[in-house]
Amino acid sequence: MSLRTRAAMAALSTAVLTLSVTACGGGSGTGSGSSLSPSVASSVSFAAGSTMARLSGAKKMTVGTKFDQPGFGLQGLDGKPAGFDVEMAKIIAGKLGIQPDGITFKETPSKVREEVIERGEVDLVIATYTINDKRKARVSFAGPYYVAGQQVMVKKEDSAITGPESLKTNASAKVCSVTGSTPAETIKTYLANPAQLVTFDVYSKCADALRTGQVQAMTTDNVILLGLISKSQGSFKLVGEKFTQEPYGVGIRKGDTSFCEFINTSLKEAADSGAYEKAWTSTAGGVEGAEKAQLPPAGTCS
Amino acid sequence: MDAITDNLSLFAGGYRTSLLIALLGLVGSLLVGTAVTALRVSPLAPLRAAGAGWVHLLRNCPLTVVLFFMAFGLPEIGVNGSYYVFGVSALVVYTSAFVCEALRSGINAVPQGQAEAARALGLSFTQTLGTVILPQAFRTSIPPLGSVLIAMFKNSAIIGAFGVSGDLFDVGEALTSARGYAVLPVLTGVAVGYLGITVPVAAIMAALERKVAIYR
Repeated sequence: MSLRTRAAMAALSTAVLTLSVTACGGGSGTGSGSSLSPSVASSVSFAAGSTMARLSGAKKMTVGTKFDQPGFGLQGLDGKPAGFDVEMAKIIAGKLGIQPDGITFKETPSKVREEVIERGEVDLVIATYTINDKRKARVSFAGPYYVAGQQVMVKKEDSAITGPESLKTNASAKVCSVTGSTPAETIKTYLANPAQLVTFDVYSKCADALRTGQVQAMTTDNVILLGLISKSQGSFKLVGEKFTQEPYGVGIRKGDTSFCEFINTSLKEAADSGAYEKAWTSTAGGVEGAEKAQLPPAGTCS
Repeated sequence: MDAITDNLSLFAGGYRTSLLIALLGLVGSLLVGTAVTALRVSPLAPLRAAGAGWVHLLRNCPLTVVLFFMAFGLPEIGVNGSYYVFGVSALVVYTSAFVCEALRSGINAVPQGQAEAARALGLSFTQTLGTVILPQAFRTSIPPLGSVLIAMFKNSAIIGAFGVSGDLFDVGEALTSARGYAVLPVLTGVAVGYLGITVPVAAIMAALERKVAIYR
């Protein structure tokens, strides 16, 4: 048998196999994809030249999100992220008449968020992105869509650390956070010496360091910690109260006021229709001990 | 450029930390590297094998992998320590393999007759190596050693990503993400900081080379 015939036969048998598999699979529902399907507006029209007109015309949107944050944006086995941030993106896309498969998610770690917006690599960033003045100088924020707060997490059996104040009295205790993040900057004021702070590029490494005993505490926004607690099957716990207010916003190109207002309206509508609450309870809000969903009042668009 | 001028004290702190890491790496890798070289040229086969194993293992592993084993592997088996110690140790053991090979090239350049003459005079192996061979080998090895050490200084930037805070790399990260400065000026500052470490070292190595050069 020549090589060519053999290849042809292999191709043929593959084709037959595929056919039979398809036949068997027929009838079952859509296998993957989220259980939630936010409503997608069927006929939409926007002012010509606006970001909304461009996106809804293209039926495509690129969203920057985190891929390593349980509850907000965590990459699954199918390669797609899932979480509250992802649901927010789907709600906004729906209002633009874009199907969930029309959204391309791009991994956006904390340090590149302004950069990807400025360079136009993404249309918006929903990545546990705290609104602050320094960032507002480079990008605009819609929202906030959630207000988180910084908290401290320790091992379940730890009783020495009871909150951020314990770090000052416990000068040998190390606390981990993510390099260049707002929580890492904030916690510095609670430390007896700067060497107590250990930073990594992602939260999963901090959780690992806490588990192996390299650090005694970890700090960041409460919701991220809640996600890590649920993933660790309860071997960590939160201590102390929230000691900051971190309003999470949707990062967009600087000065795009109409897009900002559109996102705020979309969020408001989603809150009124219950889609917001459904998104919350099925993702980050599903963790035990999480608070109830409540859309915070929108900020001003500028 | 105000990203640099506004944060000069931060950059200075980062420079100090990076310089200290570089100096610890320099001393450590020269000591360990010399010891491994002694193993590799030893008359005892098991010691030679141990030296060769060390060099082959560490020289052929990416530095990040060595760092991962140190910073995340050791705590996993119950060895806890500071990330600073883990980071510097990884840098030292990794660079020692290259230092060893640079030195060995120097040893190979020392004429066979030198060792034979030393032995004929009744010197022990340690004496031969310590007083006859290595001093000459170091001289010949200075150009390759310089390259190895400069590479090590630049590699030291990587340990900032393994829980060591406060070095130049970390300062750059903190400025670009938490405080939202533009990446380009900040990275320029970081690059200037590293040049501030490597350029003087290159100059010192060049001066040393002129000073101890042997004319054959």
